[in-house]
Amino acid sequence: MSSLSRDEVAHVAMLARIQLSDEELDKLAGQLDQIVGYVGQVNEIAADDVPPMSHPLPLVNVTRPDEVRPSLTQEQALANAPASDLGRFEVPRILDED
Amino acid sequence: MSITDEVVDYDEALAAYDPVLGLEVHVELNTATKMFCGCATGFGAEPNTQVCPVCLGLPGALPVVNEKGVEAAIRIGLALNCSIADWCRFARKNYFYPDMPKNFQTSQYDEPIAFDGYLDVELEDGSTYRVEIERAHMEEDTGKSLHVGGSTGRIQGAEYSLVDYNRAGIPLIEIVTKPLTGTGAKAPLVAKAYVAALRDLLKALNVSDVRMEQGSMRCDANVSIMPKGAEKFGTRTETKNVNSLRSVERAVRYEISRQAAVLNAGGSILQETRHWHEDTGVTTSGRPKSDADDYRYFPEPDLVPIAPSRAEVDRLRETLPEPPAQRRKRLQSAWGYSDLEMRDVVNAGAVDLIEQTVEAGASPAGARKWWSGELARRANAEGKTVSDFGVTPAHVAELDGLVKAGRLNDSMARQVMDGVIAGEGTPTQVADTRGLELVQDDSALEAAVDKVIAANEPIAAKVRDGKLNAAGALIGQVMKEMKGQADAAKARELILAKLAPDAS
Repeated sequence: MSSLSRDEVAHVAMLARIQLSDEELDKLAGQLDQIVGYVGQVNEIAADDVPPMSHPLPLVNVTRPDEVRPSLTQEQALANAPASDLGRFEVPRILDED
Repeated sequence: MSITDEVVDYDEALAAYDPVLGLEVHVELNTATKMFCGCATGFGAEPNTQVCPVCLGLPGALPVVNEKGVEAAIRIGLALNCSIADWCRFARKNYFYPDMPKNFQTSQYDEPIAFDGYLDVELEDGSTYRVEIERAHMEEDTGKSLHVGGSTGRIQGAEYSLVDYNRAGIPLIEIVTKPLTGTGAKAPLVAKAYVAALRDLLKALNVSDVRMEQGSMRCDANVSIMPKGAEKFGTRTETKNVNSLRSVERAVRYEISRQAAVLNAGGSILQETRHWHEDTGVTTSGRPKSDADDYRYFPEPDLVPIAPSRAEVDRLRETLPEPPAQRRKRLQSAWGYSDLEMRDVVNAGAVDLIEQTVEAGASPAGARKWWSGELARRANAEGKTVSDFGVTPAHVAELDGLVKAGRLNDSMARQVMDGVIAGEGTPTQVADTRGLELVQDDSALEAAVDKVIAANEPIAAKVRDGKLNAAGALIGQVMKEMKGQADAAKARELILAKLAPDAS
């Protein structure tokens, strides 16, 4: 059974833009390792003849016709935006100053 | 950020290194709606008016796949000689950037809908190169950002950005080549020819507008070089934002020269994203690849797999058009054009127009003369394309007919074309309204010829002595005498007959 290291948890937290303190890292690394181990029990039961699945329903090809449906208005679209201007969502600076 | 990179002469770079290319082309499909929701896809709408909870990534919204998007992806795959997956899934590509409000792009990862194909492309020198296709997969476009503050309108130095999500979710097909090796010095030409051939193919499939200048087709060029004879590829850079055929060629050429300079100086190539600058013709460093490029792909739980039946794939295969290169060869031979003439026709974007003009009754030579001659010349002068004038194949065929029937000479026909472009009606209507018609009365022409010969005895004498070129000056005067309303060929015939050595 593979285990999840503290460094891996820190890396995933960085990727997910979650800032964790050292204490939180210690605590979560242990907890996540337990969760991974728990879920890993599936591997002990599912042999090679059981294909991995990503969806609980045995459905394929659920599509819709290419027909236009009403969109939101600009006012509705921007209603919950913390800031907007010129009909657009205003977002903070994307690149750091350097 | 260094923007004054050293480069070595291209030929010198090629003497020492072999380039390897990889091209990624993104093409926006021309479906009426987005890939995963029913929002319209029209270009140029007011910002954030073609958005809904799905493409804005609002909580609880669920995507549903556009069936036309899947069909287009399969047809593109088939046209690129790819295998079509029996079963494949969408995947989430997770990243943090405000152009995707969901914080992930719905894409495909290790199960593309089409894979392992090829496209044979013809280079300018007439040789052919087989571009191997790695995969073509379905994904969605991102929103458009407007960077505010700072001096250049670029993302660098901006204080904040404004985002319009109308484009977010528009169906996108990403087509990725395998590494293209063995091109040698032709690498930039191969890159350009491939993108051009792909554009023609997608146009023939009618799956996209493929307008590079509007961004409905975009190219990223991966370039690396390795010492001549080496087996192991060098470190590659990925140049983004290469959005014209000419830029594809220039950007590849520039990267080869730049990388050669780095290696010659004992340096090493940094694996990074680079930006192409159309105005200065150079690439500049973007950001290096880093840990943050871990996109944590995983199968999209909100969408079920796509499993096209073989019958469906066969049905779509039946809808494929004749491959553009093959069609051009067939038409060239049917029309009797030289290679050079055909190239002009293709460059003028007039293949379809000439085909329709010939179908409407014009001769291939007449159709070519108008579309890739007169109209192409006008289009070039005005920065337009030949289809921008409102002139139809039926117009050109009619005009060609009027010339053939002897009602108009070439200069009159051009005046009629002026009228058609100005919206004065069909060629016949314009000719009637403007009173353009060759004088059919030979006696008037003959009188004019006699008058001109009498008034220009020295020139007439030269023609009598066999200097036939001198007749041109007389023809000009006869045409002037006739106020342009005569058939110049007939005038020449008459002049030469009257001035023949054995004529009394």
